[in-house]
Amino acid sequence: MHGETVLVTINGDRRTMPAGMTVERLLERLEAAPAGIAVAKNGHVVQRSSFGSERIDDGDRIEIIKAVAGG
Amino acid sequence: MTDTFNIGKYEFTSRLIVGTGKYPTMEAMQAAHDASGAQMVTVAIRRIALDDPRGKSMLDFIDRAKYAILPNTAGCYTADEAVLTAQLARELLDTDLVKLEVIGDARTLYPDTRETLAAAERLVKDGFTVLPYILDDPVACKQLEEIGCSAVMPLAAPIGSGLGVCNPYSIRIIKEGAHVPVIVDAGVGTASDAAMAMELGIDALLMNTGIAAARDPALMAEAMRDAVAAGRKAFLAGRMEKRLYANASSPMRDLISTAGA
Repeated sequence: MHGETVLVTINGDRRTMPAGMTVERLLERLEAAPAGIAVAKNGHVVQRSSFGSERIDDGDRIEIIKAVAGG
Repeated sequence: MTDTFNIGKYEFTSRLIVGTGKYPTMEAMQAAHDASGAQMVTVAIRRIALDDPRGKSMLDFIDRAKYAILPNTAGCYTADEAVLTAQLARELLDTDLVKLEVIGDARTLYPDTRETLAAAERLVKDGFTVLPYILDDPVACKQLEEIGCSAVMPLAAPIGSGLGVCNPYSIRIIKEGAHVPVIVDAGVGTASDAAMAMELGIDALLMNTGIAAARDPALMAEAMRDAVAAGRKAFLAGRMEKRLYANASSPMRDLISTAGA
């Protein structure tokens, strides 16, 4: 497992990440604060309470969003 | 008697819903929100910037004790995108409210009715309180109501155009046939547009650019608040009938004469 990587798409950006990460670990690595954001994996919302257990696998598509100005 | 209206399980006394877009500064936005008397404000949902992952969120500028938040699905072109955006907004904001917006054309920002209906059906089934932005089309509004939307939001004119209510007759027909609140969304440019829209009997108005793009947004927000209240009162009061010729307000009897009789 050590040294293995996965290729994931985060907000449309392809990135190489260590294998076996959780959403929580991914957010830490991206330096994104878990408050004020929400996450989807492969088109499905990841509940905040599952950030610590939801795994990131090779080929996953991750969306990380926040609220912005709009009408 | 307090004149309230309900969207699903939510009750409001203000009939003005305002946006958070296009303000010159966040301070100007907050002053306008205060002056508007609104109880609900809209926000959009977007990806965080990976090169600025801790950048400010609109939630840093909205007092959630004072304002309900209505997330929108602006920028979505398909039902799939709109549904996922709404679900992410629900997770982020802990609200079941959603302003459903599925655009069909980039130049007019007119909604795609087919995709809007498809997304509305899925979101209602998923437990959302759905407020769809839609054309001033009585048939589409009826279909959205039948699907289970909690309000319908026909446009007055294209988003951000400030043209005012282009087709008041359609808005009246929509209101007459509706059993859910009718909220005119988009196109209101100034206070007279807002008053006129409310005089048609609609339940509320949603506006963004009309306030945000004014020279003094807070003053325009106050004007819109007053216009919405005035238009609503005029509707409830029932206006006089229009007539082609004059009808004197002063008595036509016992007139003073210089004719000698």
